[in-house]
Amino acid sequence: MALRRRHILSLQEMDAEEIRFILDTADSLREILSRPIKKVPALRGRTVCTLFYEPSTRTRTSFELAAKILSADTISISPSTSSVVKGESFRDTLLTLQAMGTDLFVIRHQCAGAPLFATKIVNVPVVNAGDGMHEHPTQGLLDMLTLRGVKGRLEGLNIAIVGDIAHSRVARSNAWGFTKMGASVRIAGPPTLLPPELEITGAKIYDRLEPAIEGADVVYVLRIQRERMDSGLLPSLREYTRLYGITPERLHRLAAPGAIVMHPGPMNRGIEIAPEVADAGYCVVTDQVANGVALRMALLYLLLGGANGPKE
Amino acid sequence: MDLILSGGRIVDPSQGLDAVGDLVIGDGRVVDIRLGGASGTRSAPSGAINLTPHHIVMPGCVDVHCHLREPGQEHKETIATGSASAAAGGFTTVLCMPNTDPPIDSAAVVSLVLRRAAEAKGARVIPLAAGTQGMGEERLSEMADLVECGAAAITDDAFPIQSSATLRRVMEYCRMLGVPFVAHCEDKSLTQGGCMNEGEVSAVLGLRGMPAAAEEIALARNILLARLTGVHLHVAHVSTAFAVDLVRMAKRTGVRISAEACPHHFSLTDQAVADSGYDTATKVNPPLRTRQDVEAVKRGLADGTIDCIATDHAPHSAEEKDVEYQFAPFGMVGFETALALTFTELVEPGHLEPMRAVECLSSAPARIFRLDCGTLRPGSRADVTVIDTQREWVVDREKLLSRSKNTPFHGRMLKGLPVLTVVEGRVVHSVLEGM
Repeated sequence: MALRRRHILSLQEMDAEEIRFILDTADSLREILSRPIKKVPALRGRTVCTLFYEPSTRTRTSFELAAKILSADTISISPSTSSVVKGESFRDTLLTLQAMGTDLFVIRHQCAGAPLFATKIVNVPVVNAGDGMHEHPTQGLLDMLTLRGVKGRLEGLNIAIVGDIAHSRVARSNAWGFTKMGASVRIAGPPTLLPPELEITGAKIYDRLEPAIEGADVVYVLRIQRERMDSGLLPSLREYTRLYGITPERLHRLAAPGAIVMHPGPMNRGIEIAPEVADAGYCVVTDQVANGVALRMALLYLLLGGANGPKE
Repeated sequence: MDLILSGGRIVDPSQGLDAVGDLVIGDGRVVDIRLGGASGTRSAPSGAINLTPHHIVMPGCVDVHCHLREPGQEHKETIATGSASAAAGGFTTVLCMPNTDPPIDSAAVVSLVLRRAAEAKGARVIPLAAGTQGMGEERLSEMADLVECGAAAITDDAFPIQSSATLRRVMEYCRMLGVPFVAHCEDKSLTQGGCMNEGEVSAVLGLRGMPAAAEEIALARNILLARLTGVHLHVAHVSTAFAVDLVRMAKRTGVRISAEACPHHFSLTDQAVADSGYDTATKVNPPLRTRQDVEAVKRGLADGTIDCIATDHAPHSAEEKDVEYQFAPFGMVGFETALALTFTELVEPGHLEPMRAVECLSSAPARIFRLDCGTLRPGSRADVTVIDTQREWVVDREKLLSRSKNTPFHGRMLKGLPVLTVVEGRVVHSVLEGM
């Protein structure tokens, strides 16, 4: 089997079979990460460009590490946001970098739809590393990889996604992805940060935390940003924490036995997640990070390598 | 005789006329209408342009809402190119909006626009003028000067006046001057950062939404201020179902109000943003709404709640539109697709009778803005549009006469083509064979 698409733009457009194939490929590549010499020649001579219009540490590092392990060359560009307004257009930046020999673009952009726009400009694969409030498909995939590893399955799991849903591309990708894989997804957050229309993903919508995490096998906690308070969407972080913060007490009282906690990072300890939860064994944040590298190796390999699966 | 249009179906709502016949034009005026049987059963006068009953001969179309970008943004459009594009779309008179650079907020700029308009070779161009200096929130413009100089009405289009107090004063002046106030209804505090309709599609695409309520709140406020001041309120680009209801209610209660709808608001929904893959040609303000809104706009046009059709022709250059969706400017070109969309989306499916469609495009807008056109009565200004109702054609943005190509209808098959445009007795556009 091979990937049926040239670009990774969203999980909305993928089906379960395709997602499973990507996760299986990532599982088979993960072994490389535990070798003493973490290097295989699969993508030698290929150039991966990470073009990030928004600050990022873990996503960018994860992509670059994945590319380097597969022996690809990497270039990383962070145009200042102001250059979008004056200076070189996104279009010209893409054409310039393509002309320099880029074989694949990894793009993060504050504008929803920017990676899709890029596919109309360049003729090499594009991977969406997060576009505005739209999607973050590689995060969704690595979360599924992690959860499948821990629970052995995705089908039938009850997953609660909690926090600033409105501004979260992670929430959108995960809602699409998890429901496609047969999990039942609940979305919870304050009404000011919760577009009810997201029911179209197949998720159920809750503006109260308790019913959303009742019986949940997974509580997926999103980062809450201070600027939401400044822009009048939240009265205070203190009250947010009281209403929606994930505490050991709430988990034990409401979630299913053996429930795990996930977070895309970086965490605000003491705000959306209690420090005791963040440090507990059932919080799999570091697994998510490790799986991120394997998952991105799989995508780069499938998009740039061959159709015949891993050779090393 | 200058010109005889022979054997077409003459439709003129101002006379309640819908019959096959000859339209005789001389010295820039309508001279006579000679009704006769179907073409072929009688001989056409010599030297006439021969038409058939599927050619509708109507009073020239009037567009009360367009952006011609001159002065200041001539890379998008000029009065000359806009006038030509309008003529190609079947329009004989267009009213252009004042959000130019500098804005049309002084008699000097009105005069400049009228001078350029006099040189243009297509549709007649008449400016609308801004009610506030710099299209701001503070100081009133010299509205009496603007109107005496030739502005057809006063408006806040593109920069909706947020202060109710300022708007009240503008309306009071409009009432005194006897011109409509054309309102762009938008509560900006609700649309901040938005780039499409707020709803399911925006939630999935991750684009900031502009809720229908932003338009409806401003419209409700403007209706109340029209009641207070007695002004004739003309509502630009009605796009939501509840806005149609608000206009209907205002009319019932005797408020002096008229309204327009744009072809894109009865032809496309917000799903077009998703289906086109964030194509910035779909970015427009007010945004493309939902199926329910589209249906309500159609009903409003059919029952007369919405008086007329206007294009909101808003040209933008390729480099301005070929960017990320969020960064693209609002607006789409509309002159050259408006008639065809009206016939394809409204007449062909039976929402509008041809007579009502012609009224929406010509006599109604002329009446609302007290223009000397919109009729084929003998003696009146010979502004005439002929549309071939059977002609199917595919929109090709490269063939548009507008300087800009930002249309969301590229590649779409439409039925109905303006084939002849006559302004004051002069043929300004024709795709008829043998002409």
